[in-house]
Amino acid sequence: MRLANVLNLGVKELRSLLRDPLLMVLIVYAFTLAVHASATATPETLNRAAIAVVDEDRSQLSRRIVDALYPPYFLPPVLIDQTEMDMRMDAGIDTFALDIPPGFQRDVLAGRVPTIQLNVDATRTSQAFTGAGYIQAIVTSEIGEFTARHLIDAAPRVDLALRARFNPELDRGWFTAVMSIIDNVTMLSIILTGTALIREREHGTIEHLLVMPVTALEIMLGKVLSMGTVVLLASGLSLVFVVRGWLSVPIEGSVALFLAGAALHLFAATSLGITLATIAGSMPQFGMLLMLIIVPLQLLSGGATPRESMPDFVQTFMLAAPNTHFVMLAQAILYRGAGFGVVWPQFLALAAIGTVLFLFSLNRFRRSLQ
Amino acid sequence: MNGVPSDRATPPLIVCARGVGLSHGRIRALDSVDLDLAPGEMVGVIGPDAVGKSSLLSLIAGARAMQEGRITVLGGDIADARHRRATSPRIAYMPQGLGRNLYFALSVFENVDFFARLFGQGRVERDRRIGELLRATGLAPFADRPAGRLSGGMKQKLGLCCALIHDPDLLILDEPTTGVDPLSRRQFWELIDRIRRNRPGMSVLIATAYMDEAARFDRLVAMDAGRVLATGSPADLLRRTGTDNLDAAFIALLPEEKRRDHAELVIPPRPEGPDGEIAIEADGLTKRFGDFTAVDDVSFRIGRGEIFGFLGSNGCGKTTTMKMLTGLLPPSAGTARLFGATVDPHDLETRRHVGYMSQIFSLYTELTVRQNLELHGRLFGMAETEIATRIRTLAQRFGLEDVIDARPDALPLGQRQRLSLAAALIHSPELLILDEPTSGMDPVARDELWNTLVTLSRRDGVTIFISTHFMNEAERCDRISLMHAGKVLVSDTPANLVARRGSATLEDAFIGYLEEAAGEEAAPAPEPSPGGTAAQETRGERRFDPRRMLSYTRREMLELLRDPIRGALASIGSAILLLVLGYGISMDVEELTFAVLDHDRTTTSRDYILDIAGSDYFVERPPLRDHDDLDARMRAGDLALALEIPPGFARDIARGRPVEIGAWIDGAMPQRAETARGYVQGMHAHWLERKMRERTGAPVEGTFNLEIRYRYNPDIASLVAIVPAVIPMLLMLIPAMLAALSVVREKELGSIINLYVTPVTRTEFLLGKQVPYVLLGMLNFVLLMALSSFLFAVPFTGSLFTLTLAALLYVIASTGIGLLVSTFTSSQIAAIFGTAILTMLPTMQFSGLLDPVSSLQGPGAVIGQLWPASHFITISRGTFSKGLDFTDVASSFLPLLLAAPVLLAAGVLALRKQAR
Repeated sequence: MRLANVLNLGVKELRSLLRDPLLMVLIVYAFTLAVHASATATPETLNRAAIAVVDEDRSQLSRRIVDALYPPYFLPPVLIDQTEMDMRMDAGIDTFALDIPPGFQRDVLAGRVPTIQLNVDATRTSQAFTGAGYIQAIVTSEIGEFTARHLIDAAPRVDLALRARFNPELDRGWFTAVMSIIDNVTMLSIILTGTALIREREHGTIEHLLVMPVTALEIMLGKVLSMGTVVLLASGLSLVFVVRGWLSVPIEGSVALFLAGAALHLFAATSLGITLATIAGSMPQFGMLLMLIIVPLQLLSGGATPRESMPDFVQTFMLAAPNTHFVMLAQAILYRGAGFGVVWPQFLALAAIGTVLFLFSLNRFRRSLQ
Repeated sequence: MNGVPSDRATPPLIVCARGVGLSHGRIRALDSVDLDLAPGEMVGVIGPDAVGKSSLLSLIAGARAMQEGRITVLGGDIADARHRRATSPRIAYMPQGLGRNLYFALSVFENVDFFARLFGQGRVERDRRIGELLRATGLAPFADRPAGRLSGGMKQKLGLCCALIHDPDLLILDEPTTGVDPLSRRQFWELIDRIRRNRPGMSVLIATAYMDEAARFDRLVAMDAGRVLATGSPADLLRRTGTDNLDAAFIALLPEEKRRDHAELVIPPRPEGPDGEIAIEADGLTKRFGDFTAVDDVSFRIGRGEIFGFLGSNGCGKTTTMKMLTGLLPPSAGTARLFGATVDPHDLETRRHVGYMSQIFSLYTELTVRQNLELHGRLFGMAETEIATRIRTLAQRFGLEDVIDARPDALPLGQRQRLSLAAALIHSPELLILDEPTSGMDPVARDELWNTLVTLSRRDGVTIFISTHFMNEAERCDRISLMHAGKVLVSDTPANLVARRGSATLEDAFIGYLEEAAGEEAAPAPEPSPGGTAAQETRGERRFDPRRMLSYTRREMLELLRDPIRGALASIGSAILLLVLGYGISMDVEELTFAVLDHDRTTTSRDYILDIAGSDYFVERPPLRDHDDLDARMRAGDLALALEIPPGFARDIARGRPVEIGAWIDGAMPQRAETARGYVQGMHAHWLERKMRERTGAPVEGTFNLEIRYRYNPDIASLVAIVPAVIPMLLMLIPAMLAALSVVREKELGSIINLYVTPVTRTEFLLGKQVPYVLLGMLNFVLLMALSSFLFAVPFTGSLFTLTLAALLYVIASTGIGLLVSTFTSSQIAAIFGTAILTMLPTMQFSGLLDPVSSLQGPGAVIGQLWPASHFITISRGTFSKGLDFTDVASSFLPLLLAAPVLLAAGVLALRKQAR
């Protein structure tokens, strides 16, 4: 292998990329506006949840409860009557509907233990559980305070000082911002290397390379390195200027260490791109393959929903995906400020996956040239 | 309208161009060009490469937007879109390049059929016309063969069939015979002559680089550097220049400075060494593709410094043989040796001695001419200074100095050929393998090239293995081989071949050999009856013609069917994704890890911990040793929750003193943290309540009950919530990606020209292309619904009809988005990336898949409100889980209904009906 060849082929790839202004615009968009939009759009876990209250009691206590449901967790509660409730929930207008029965305050004070009903639209899973918990806590605390003067304070005076580390406000934008960069890194590196190879094949230029003293390894490294560099540069800039600058997300750990991890991930992802390109016969087939691969990579890597809640076989299977390890190390480094001593297993895993994918794709690429 | 009566005194001109000018950036392609074409006339545009012949023809055809001047075609201004629409059924345009406007996945019949439908012909008429044309061109036996597998000559004939299907009054052919073998060329012109006899009113405008063909035209327009040099009949031109052949006449017409360097090519005899070294040796070379034998037992020996010509009909195996010699293709049998060493694809050293030029232009169109040459030099390991000198020399020799910083896709065929040749020569190879290097080059350039080759051969001893269709080039070779159907028919010096055959010229000898080998297949079929063709009504005036639209639908559908892998990936892929995501995405947060730093270690503190450890939500990890341990394990992400119970916890509770338990949750993943916080708070409250009751003996119940009803999904099964949302996601991403390449692919591969020059409107084009993808999308929908009911057993409670109707509208929208991306991108790469980035973010994050749209804020909220997926998810969840029917979700239909026309309108606006 000659390094000069890899370099020359790499420069050629970069020039090709620059010649497609629209592609450049899309890349810039992906790492700036798209990151910003997804970071600012996604709410805190419970944000502006739509809630309606059927207040059949209209007492001091029931009003207290209604007043306690306020933004940012909830949209201002809409007061409705019983008949509207089903219709509104069916139409998806309200996620929660709280039904306070008549005589609620009287019954509470008389110790008759009345029942308050909370309807939850369980198809909106992300809000359903947390929201129900919040409402439960709010209602309990309001009733508790209301009845405090009536009941003897017998409870132990134990406070729970609950703090969230690494993201004290539990601002989901912090999380989404970095995760969308990760998604972009994976998607872009697969697309750029894969399509670059298919284009060479469709335009016949690969044939020309092969009559020159250039090896398959050099051709492939040229693509992997050039596209990897572009994506690495874009993600580094995006992290510093968009995430830390524009979105003011504090980054606790070392950006350099993160980028080192990203480089390893890129190695794996670009190899994956080449593999897909050797499988796909044409650009349209590649487009389909891409969707099949990228959607699970993004949704099941732990960057969208927590890994722990996935079924065991999915968790195990996704360990083979480079994304999973990249998401883990990104979270550890960028949020928890973890050093190499903590994230080395992920580095190791990425290096291993990358090597396997690279060798596999090289082998496939060589055979596809025959 | 079928031709103009010839007996009229002064028939109106078919084409009248005045002062036409055109610039591509800084390059001036045409400069005040005038041209007239009378009814029934056949005019040839001749001239060197890059003089604007193609630009002129595409302007007249209406394929390119006018810049300067005025062209009247068939009685109207071609710059006027309405006139173009009205006249396009009367014009046929065949662009340059072998089969550039054909669809290679479609069969011969289907290609012609596609054009026939575009021109709105009924079934009977179509079948009759296609039958006639295929018979007349000798393509009838190959009606079912995919166009991509035709030889170059057959592709050109097929292109002609497609152009003639609608009886045009004006036929415009741009270098129709470039790259076509002599036999096919002869047949091609015979065909044109027959057609003209049958349709005397038809005018023909042809650009060509073959001067021998130019002799058959009524009138010639000689062009150079964007200007007209001379016009007149071939005889006129010969007389004016005092020459005896058109090649010479043309050279004489050139301006002085271009002519100066040109001298009659003289080939010095080859210094014959009896023990000459063998440069190339093929021994029983055979190549089979499946059961098709492309090259059959070919043997030859070529000495060092020899110029060896390879001739043969299109598709006879010349290119395959050359590829085996370069090591690009491994032979099925036999051996190939270069300089005595067997060709080994892994032997990089041999490649340094070989220069190869492929038949199809295969340099990087993204790089400039200079960058392409530099890349080649560097990859051959040349020194930088050497590269610079070499590029200067080659650029000068091949006339590439003016375009050195232009990109090859902006260059005409001839100049691209020269660039390819320069690239093959950059490293001064000892052996040149050139596959039709002069196709599309003008006579002067060809002579110059041959000068170079002769010098290389005679002075430097470079061996040259060259294939060509030009007989005067074949005559210049030391020896030639004739190939047909994979076999070498004969090998000898040109003179010997003519003598052996006893024919007048090499061309006659060549055609004689070919006809002998091919048997009688070359005999022209009976002439088509000219009578019926006149019965043609006026078409193309209608704004929207479903037949034209369906023609594109059929074509797109056929292409989809010819690529079953793609369709299968789309359907099976959707199913797999539903499975993976249905099981994989889960909103439940459980098995959170926690550990405790217990300073108290009493039964009370254990009791508190046990409450948490005993729940389903938390899994206890080994206790924490100290704060450092806590910090390290949280940083490593081992713990989602850490608790610190202070010393004297039990004692202080007993004494009624306030106590504080410290709790830290890992906020790195906020959603999980929120849920964990809720769990901990709940359990803490529960523990307090229990303690209180234990101490006071108060009633077991609390002060009130909160009854939580999880509606629509009582078991809180993630699957029930996820499946109705994943289906919309998949029906967005997959159909959009399917449609995303359909337009841009035509742009990249060239067949977009059919949109420019046929009566099809942009709306018909886009809608026609959309239909097959909508059908495939609906097929996916059915598949996904079946999976969700039968495999996942997700209950479906509402109106299936409502959901299906919504799905149809939704799939129209998602394919529309793909098409829109396809219309404004110019490369397939950008289309794939653009579609992925533009559909995935809104669908996954802003459409209510995970977070309800109502809770979003900022630009994401706006996108979420507009994005079709949001509304379809509402309908899908409503009909799946909430038992709703049409009236309940009617409000979500409106945005879906609006999406289709809005997207179509945007697509039509983004799409151009002419090249720029």
